[in-house]
Order: sequence, then structure tokens, then C-alpha cells
Amino acid sequence: MAAASADTALKRTPLYDKHVAAGAKLVPFAGWEMPVQYGGGVKAEHLATRATAGVFDVSHMGEIATSGPQAEAFLQHLLSNDVTKLQTGGAQYSVLCREDGGVLDDLFTYRLGAESFLTVTNASNHDKDLAWFLKQATGFDVTVTDVHDQYAMLAVQGPQAREIVQALADGPLPDRFTCRHRLLRGQRVLVCGTGYTGEDGVELLIDPADAPMIWDEVVKRGAVPVGLAARDTLRLEVNYHLYGNDLMEERGPIEAGLGWACKEATGFIGSEAVAAVRAAGPSEQLIAFTMASGIARQGNAVVGGGEVTSGTMSPSLEIGIGMAYVPAAMAAEGTEIQIDVRGKQRAATVAKKPLYKK
Amino acid sequence: MADASYPTELLYHPEHDWARIDDGTAVFGITWFAQDALGEVVFFDPPEVGSTVTAGESYAEVESVKAVSDVVAPLSGEIIEVNLGLGDTPENINNDPYGNGWMVKVKLSDSSETDGLLDAGAYEATLS
Repeated sequence: MAAASADTALKRTPLYDKHVAAGAKLVPFAGWEMPVQYGGGVKAEHLATRATAGVFDVSHMGEIATSGPQAEAFLQHLLSNDVTKLQTGGAQYSVLCREDGGVLDDLFTYRLGAESFLTVTNASNHDKDLAWFLKQATGFDVTVTDVHDQYAMLAVQGPQAREIVQALADGPLPDRFTCRHRLLRGQRVLVCGTGYTGEDGVELLIDPADAPMIWDEVVKRGAVPVGLAARDTLRLEVNYHLYGNDLMEERGPIEAGLGWACKEATGFIGSEAVAAVRAAGPSEQLIAFTMASGIARQGNAVVGGGEVTSGTMSPSLEIGIGMAYVPAAMAAEGTEIQIDVRGKQRAATVAKKPLYKK
Repeated sequence: MADASYPTELLYHPEHDWARIDDGTAVFGITWFAQDALGEVVFFDPPEVGSTVTAGESYAEVESVKAVSDVVAPLSGEIIEVNLGLGDTPENINNDPYGNGWMVKVKLSDSSETDGLLDAGAYEATLS
């Protein structure tokens, strides 16, 4: 019984005390006690990230290390993208599919060396992904290791993000979609030119012991602490997928608009199913929409078929926005759709992605 | 955001709504506690003027960044005015919940219903 209660206890990141000190409202999220917002509010955090820089504790996200002579071949078998195109110091987005093409997770993988890769998982999927990696590793000369405990992860995002992090670094930061180790204030950090906001910036994979110091250094230089609520509005404005909302095992990558991250010729698990959907065309497609009035939310039905998977008030655009799966015939940009928002039909328009552009 | 306050001239419904009563009519809104729990309000969907509201039942919806909540009528009656200003500035519900954040004005149908509401002290006691 003691073990069971320990399992259900919420985990805290190395930055928990920083969040409390910054006035965070902490909520349970995927088994973690995470800041949903700070004292200044969601809108202010969102707009600060667009205008200057925000810092996000994303230490709840997991990491899986894959190494060994067949590490590349193994990941090529699992991940939807062409891993052989990923150079050392590169970053690549892909999905992890079941045999039937259903999406287990969407992931960034960083290549640290010829035989060494680091894959970042969604917190809610980490255990599932790890089990999948381990199960599929049979027959490959690879070592798959759960390294979640070895990293804290900070995202610094926004037009001033690079300048802020550069001031701590011993050399130039990696370009977009590349990664490299740097010393930040003397501590070794994997700096990645990636993010989830639509802004330039970096993600930092840090020894947990160093994370509070790095947090203080970037906050001192003007990065505003940003919680999960604004992380969600930021990503939705630029139509990045959120697993559990816009991606799920019951749907495939083609209907989700992630065909660009799928290279079926590599023969990854699920590639046949994905190729079949690509050839036939998906029956439903994930579209972005804007609303004339009101806000649609996850689970609201689209009249004529389909469902909203993400919806919010856009702080930058100041209108209701979202994403929905709709029948392919309703998916063209400019199509007027109606969404049933708790019994009231509200007009929305299928819009070009990304909804927000600088 | 304003500091916590519960004006003594108002009556309160335990679902975190207030009523300012004036000679057979009343103005309704949500309390400081309610707006604080909701977080930043981004949308208020007002009811129609002329529609009736029933004490204890929802008459409108208010949305924050993350959630939607029903707004409960503290008293029964007919809506004679809605705060159209909240269409452009829903944040007034946060900034001034007892003033510019008011929601509707109602012609009361049963003035004895006020006996079922709480005064500021009794309402505040329910919050702790």
C-alpha cells in the first residue's frame, strides 16, 4: 500500500521552489505538480513571450536515450521521419506510430553522436513510450535508457530569448533545429534550437542540480516565468499539436496534418497504414479555425461531423481560435462551419495555419 | 486585479453571485472570490433582455482562458438590461466585479426571495 500511495503522489520538478516564490498557481498535470500560471496572469505571460521572452519549466517532459551500433537503425524502425537524415547536432520532429498508424506520441529527437540519440517525450506518454521502445528493441544492438531523472528542461522563448541565454554561454548558441552542448555559467547544458511557441528561442536540457541557478539567471535578464496555460495558448496560435487533444492513438498522422514528418519509404512501424491513408486521402482532417464570437472548447461538436480538439481565446488575435477534425469536404480554407458550443451554434471559419504569424 | 472585498450593501448567493437590490429591481454579478477562482475572464455570453431568470439557476456563461462557468441567478425575475460593455472588456469582471463588471439588471418577481440570500459576513464565512 505504501508503494501505491508513493506512485500517486505528484512529482515536483527541481524548480518547484522557484515557482512557489514567483507566485505560481500549481496544478496536477500528467502526474506532476506544475505551474499553470503566475501572479501576472495568462494573458500577460503569453504577450511577454511574443514581445520579449518567457521561461517555461518543462521538466515534466521525459527523455529517452538510445545508443549503440544499431541506434540509428532502431530509431528509423520506430520514428516516422527519416532518421538517417539527422546529422550529429541535429534535431528532428517525428511521430511514434502503432502498427495500424495510430499515433502513440509526437517527439523531438536530438542526435548527440553517430550512435547516440536523445528523444524528448510528452510527460503523459513517457512511460508508454519507454515501454514501446524497450519492447521494440529486441533484436537490435541498442541500449534504451530512461534518463528522465537526469534532466531538468527549461524553454526560453521569444524575440529576446537567445540574447538572454547567450549572455550565460561560453560560445554561440545552436541554430534553429540544431543542438549542442554549451557551458552556461560554467555548467554543461544541452542547448537545443527548438520550442513550442512559434517564437525563436532555445530549450535547455540541464542537470537538475543546476536548473535553479539557470532559472534565476534567465529571469534576472528579463525572461518572464510562463505557466502551462500560456504555453497552451502560445502553441495553439501557431497550431502545434498537443498530444491528448489533437493527437491520439485512434487517429493517424496524415489526418493530423503531420504527413511532412512521415517518410513511409523508411519502413517505420505503421508506415504501411500511413501510406494507405496518404494514398486514399484521409476521411477527416485537422483544421484550424477562427470564430466570429465566443470560444469553442475541446469536445464541442462540429455541425456536419467532426469535433473540436483544442479551443481557446487567442491573446494575440483577441478572438476565439482552435483546431478541429472535420470531414475532408469541409476542410478547405475559408469554409464556414458551425460549432455546437454547449447547445448554441457558433460560426467559425476554416483558416490558414499558422493562425498567428509575426 | 482588485483586492478581495465583499461590500456590505450587497446580498450574496452561495454560488458566488451578488445582488444589489433597489426598489423591486436588482443588479447581478459574480463575487471577488468567483472571479479569482476563474482567472482572467475572456468572454461573457449575456442572456437576452426580456428573458426570465430563476433563483439558483444559470442565466449566463462566463469564460476564462481555460474554463467556462455558469453564472447563477441569486433571485428570480425578468432581465431588463444587460451589461453590453462586457463584450469588449470582459476583464472588467476581474478588475471591478461589483462595479463595471456587473452582468444584468433584473425586475424581481418575488421580493421575498431575498430572505434566502446571505449578507456579506455570512457569505465570507462560507469561503473559509
